[in-house]
Amino acid sequence: MSAVEESSNDSVEVKEDSEFDAEAEDQLGDDHVLDPTRYIFYRDRKEWADLEPVPQDDGPNPVVKIAYSEKFSDVYDYFRALLKNNERSDRAFALTAEAIELNAANYTVWHYRRVLLQALSKDLRDEMRYITAIIEEQPKNYQVTCLSTWRLSSPRHHRRMVVEWLNNPAEELEFIADILSQDAKNYHAWQHRQWVIQEYKLWDNELEFVESLLEEDVRNNSAWNQRHFVISLTTGFSDPTIAEREIQYCLKQIRKAPHNESAWNYLKGMLQDRGLSSQPGLLERVLELKETHCSPYLLAFLFDCYEDALENSSQKENICNLLALEKDAIRKEYWLFLGRSLKSKHGISGNSDDLEPSVPASELFPTEPL
Amino acid sequence: MDGLPTPLRCLSECHPAEMFTDDGVDTVTSLEQKKVERSIEEVISVYKQIHSLPQPTLLRDQHYQYLKKGLRHLSDAYECLDASRPWLCFWILHSLELLEEPIPSAVASDVCQFLARCQSPTGGFAGGPGQHAHLAPTYAAVNALCIIGTDEAYSVIDREKLLDFLWSVKQPDGSFVMHVGGEVDVRSAYCAASVATLTNILTPKLFEDTTTWILRCQNWEGGLSGVPGLEAHGGYTFCGTAALVILGKEHMLDLKALLRWVVSRQMRFEGGFQGRCNKLVDGCYSFWQAGLLPLLHRALFKEGESELSRQRWMFEQRALQEYILLCCQNPTGGLLDKPGKSRDFYHTCYCLSGLSIAQHFGNMDLHHELILGKEENRLAPTHPVYNICPDKVSQALQHFHRLPVPGDDRQPDIASAYGPADPGNSRNQKDLPWCCDDTLSSGAKKAETCH
Repeated sequence: MSAVEESSNDSVEVKEDSEFDAEAEDQLGDDHVLDPTRYIFYRDRKEWADLEPVPQDDGPNPVVKIAYSEKFSDVYDYFRALLKNNERSDRAFALTAEAIELNAANYTVWHYRRVLLQALSKDLRDEMRYITAIIEEQPKNYQVTCLSTWRLSSPRHHRRMVVEWLNNPAEELEFIADILSQDAKNYHAWQHRQWVIQEYKLWDNELEFVESLLEEDVRNNSAWNQRHFVISLTTGFSDPTIAEREIQYCLKQIRKAPHNESAWNYLKGMLQDRGLSSQPGLLERVLELKETHCSPYLLAFLFDCYEDALENSSQKENICNLLALEKDAIRKEYWLFLGRSLKSKHGISGNSDDLEPSVPASELFPTEPL
Repeated sequence: MDGLPTPLRCLSECHPAEMFTDDGVDTVTSLEQKKVERSIEEVISVYKQIHSLPQPTLLRDQHYQYLKKGLRHLSDAYECLDASRPWLCFWILHSLELLEEPIPSAVASDVCQFLARCQSPTGGFAGGPGQHAHLAPTYAAVNALCIIGTDEAYSVIDREKLLDFLWSVKQPDGSFVMHVGGEVDVRSAYCAASVATLTNILTPKLFEDTTTWILRCQNWEGGLSGVPGLEAHGGYTFCGTAALVILGKEHMLDLKALLRWVVSRQMRFEGGFQGRCNKLVDGCYSFWQAGLLPLLHRALFKEGESELSRQRWMFEQRALQEYILLCCQNPTGGLLDKPGKSRDFYHTCYCLSGLSIAQHFGNMDLHHELILGKEENRLAPTHPVYNICPDKVSQALQHFHRLPVPGDDRQPDIASAYGPADPGNSRNQKDLPWCCDDTLSSGAKKAETCH
């Protein structure tokens, strides 16, 4: 999340607020009848006069004390009162929406709303409309940050519960596709999508959907993951026709964008159970690609092929060193470790802190100094 | 530190060559990545102009002021974290302990009393007073109390009720929901395992089938997802792996595949880590991702790996420190995701935690430091499983292991309550979780005596 401090160095976590804080000076109980857009605190609403608000018990010397707006305190004072009395009423239900608007990450409120949905036998189709609006609002209202994905799991979980109760997934794939069209890698959206597909067996068009996303962005790792998900839970990868189709698909994408890590990871990921060397002709195809479409990912894949084939070729060691020292130097420590492991596996003694490759640099880089 | 400091990797001639290769194919992913790289380039270029001698500096005083204030008061922008206040306590207290800033005893006591108000009458801790218990604030509250480490802090935790709470969120398939009526994901297993071991309420049946469930989260990429089937993600990978380490089952993962996945998450240009393949760098992954390397190092060591380095983790420690110090600090205090983002306490905590991991290598009796920039940049070491300082881990374990494990009358097959203690109950030294004999903490003590 991004938090606003008084300092100008911070950007505001923008929040859509359709209601403005009340002009405290001229609150009159009946005013909301005359001017429906005027916000009235719950403490001033006649219909709530029977309920004693419950202030938050932070204790005498609070820590991490939030300077709540008057509106926030007011709504939550009444939420706490409802919770305390375990009130099951329409007014309680309406208040939960206000509480959610103020903090969509308050899982206690969401839970209470679900209790009320059932206790009051609310129309779940109305609830679907509500939760749709809430979820669709979010990307526009909040600067989406890594933390917000964890905090805002509550609305998505709520939607799943409602879909389950209704036992009606009809809108879901389209709804999620819409969310993904704005943020194609949204983790919770994919989570919800996988649940819907598995629960209601909606596999039929999913591979097509995945392909359309990969058309748009061949680097969308979430889409590659979904591809793996669909195939592994439908046809599986062991059918040679499927395996060959998938390999062709990967190599085609790799030719288009050789430095796309997702495509290489997928190629390895789908074959690793049976072994990379189990696929005839694959090594040759990759070696061919090396001439014109080389990348650190291709080299790593070659290394993995040789490893899987249990080949003792010095090629493996050369690739390790090439990656460690030149092509993938950010991962030097890792490649050197793999290189040392190779040597020790093949009975060549190695100093585990040997940071120098065993193949002389002059062999690897004839024109470059060490 | 005499003589010229080591030149910065990001200022080397070869560094620009590490920028993203888009193969002439523009997609949203490549456009976003290039945008970030340009902003990093800008930061580096400004840095170069201002500083004749590259000595990145951790803005200790500024961060301290930011943290000190936040521990007491937060603006209304924090309304969105009103259900995460124990987290705010943890993020701030852990940041302060990494900076080796003492927490005044009055404040510490106030934190204890506040967290006591966040404790649910039915067990576990909630996001704020009067809210429902939830595994995430439970994890945060227990960690915060262990950082404080006083008897007052430890005694806040109602261990019997905490165990009740853990049972109440345990699912038949081995997973845990985050709260009653809530969602399942792999974070919950980590939160549960962390608090159960620190407070010594671990019973054999509590994590039955949890290992199997977590293992299902390791996917074709080698990392772990939030629930089985999803994309591998740094936060979830850390939680799943750390949970398995706590349960002593990390060897059941495909460690080699996991290692390959996590090292591949370090960005060649930025130096920091991304959360998922083909996504953007983010300072918080300095901990979630880089923090996996110490866990894997130890796991591989236990598996008999003989070629592990005795000085370095298997990621580029300098590059990560450069990213954090040059790109993730707000000049008025606090740390952040990437240039252009605003500071917050979550990023402050995890950027500093990642910086600590990058500065300290420790394995068995070894401790090797690599401090980028001034010696004053040095942070306290952090425990890679719990992410609180190792001495606080040991202290908490020592304290709670003197207390009996709460009664097992929840379980049908435990011996009667009348007889002597069930020998199956883990009060035996050798059954203590691995962290008890983890000499990372003794390593940390060694480092401290050097200064």
